[in-house]
Amino acid sequence: MIWLNVVIQGVLIGGFYALFACGLSLMFGVLKVINLAHGDMAVVAGYVAVFLTPHLHIPEVWSFLVVVPIFGLLGYVVQRTLIQKSIDRDPFTTLLVTFGLSVVIENLLLEIYTANGQTVNVGTLITRSWHPTSNVYVSYVSLGVLGVAVAVLGILQLFLSRTGTGRLIRAVADDREAAQLSGANYRHIFGIAAAIAFATVALAGIAYGMTTQFAPTSGGVNLLFAFEAVVIGGIGSLWGTLIGGVALGVAQQFGAHFNPEYQILAGNVLFLVVLAIRPQGLFGRKTALS
Amino acid sequence: MSEVLLDVAGLSVHHGQLCAVDDVSFSLRRGEILAMIGANGAGKSTLLRTIAGLHKPSSGTVSFDGEDIATLSPNRRVRLGISLVPEGRRLFSSMTLEENLQVGAYRANEGPFNIPRIYELFDWMGGRRKQSVWQLSGGEQQAVAIGRALVANPQVLLLDELSLGLAPIVIERIYALVPEIVAQGVSILIVEQDVAQGVAVADRVHCLLEGRTSLVGAPGDLTPEEIDRAYFGANMSSATPSDGTNE
Repeated sequence: MIWLNVVIQGVLIGGFYALFACGLSLMFGVLKVINLAHGDMAVVAGYVAVFLTPHLHIPEVWSFLVVVPIFGLLGYVVQRTLIQKSIDRDPFTTLLVTFGLSVVIENLLLEIYTANGQTVNVGTLITRSWHPTSNVYVSYVSLGVLGVAVAVLGILQLFLSRTGTGRLIRAVADDREAAQLSGANYRHIFGIAAAIAFATVALAGIAYGMTTQFAPTSGGVNLLFAFEAVVIGGIGSLWGTLIGGVALGVAQQFGAHFNPEYQILAGNVLFLVVLAIRPQGLFGRKTALS
Repeated sequence: MSEVLLDVAGLSVHHGQLCAVDDVSFSLRRGEILAMIGANGAGKSTLLRTIAGLHKPSSGTVSFDGEDIATLSPNRRVRLGISLVPEGRRLFSSMTLEENLQVGAYRANEGPFNIPRIYELFDWMGGRRKQSVWQLSGGEQQAVAIGRALVANPQVLLLDELSLGLAPIVIERIYALVPEIVAQGVSILIVEQDVAQGVAVADRVHCLLEGRTSLVGAPGDLTPEEIDRAYFGANMSSATPSDGTNE
């Protein structure tokens, strides 16, 4: 029964990793941009939820209703200005620019809000959990985050496969030039993809703040886990990202069960094993037109 | 019917130091089929891609329906009525046949073509519309690429190397559709390495040699020797008399 709890905790944290990672996967899949500031954007969303939405007299639990749309808009604007400008130069520039953005964000947050840890206040909900047997604990907040992650991935999957705009996003990801020749304004499509990526990472940032403490520099380690989830699951596959996040979470919990020091190590080992045996990831495609 | 739809004047295009297209002028009239022939590296594809908006010209103008379109992006040109079927098909490989056509139709102009009409034109497509495009043969992929461009309802269809990598029977079948497309009021600019195919289908032939115009005329007025000379260059032609194949 102890092992069951380890798996359950791994799945719960894996849902969070997937929520965090899907925007990163989308940005890479469509724009071919590795956004090194992705983790920091989540942290910024956390700070906005904690410090700015109370001014609007909105409880912190509901802050995502305001923060997520704002981040969607921010994503579109940042893409059409800063990121597009660097894409136009060359792919390496995007790495430098997003890395620079990451450094600027972390230091601004340190300057304004100090290095103290913060949490998104969810009241007494944080302490409540369901335990069906004596060894199994399921936190309601973590379960909620997993539910949100599955819902977000499901909606995103439907959007990409069923709507005209979603199809254009996939078309641009497949072949940008051919998509232009079919009438798609790829810069606008890039903007929409970035808006979705920023909106989901804002949701992830708030979810993170609800379950644990965050500080200005929390983005980096989460970015690493998000990368690992994307690579394990396979780039370009949303459900793969969920499975990758869950696999990473379960591996970490198994490691932690033996020794808390092994938590991150176990996740990294799984990541390296997948990379060595199946570099395209568990659900990645290795197909090409003949 | 003699109204000029697409007019290219003094067009030069450079790839870095290399001058790929050198001072080329021609015009395409409404309802006409113009074949641009020439050997590998003659600049045909570059010319077509420049008209579609994928390359910037270093000098010269491209105008469509009397309007200068030099600054427009490729997607704006599609809205105006210029669609390119690119070399190598370039289908969206993660999608099904039908999804490829849907992408083409998403920003379509008004006109005779829509997805059901494409399924009529290529009768095998309807039954296989849910298949991934990488499961299709080269000829079938080429047909999907043509369909994807047609559903946007272009006034000018640019076809780049349709015959590349396809069996002769398949090429013949694809070219058999060209008159049907023109009958819908579409003008066609074909780039072809396969001279026989280009000459057979076109109203006029324009031959490029190392980026420059080497011959212009109606197929009936040109002798095979003239075409050979324009295709290979004068010296090559005398060294390999009347050898119609390329490479």
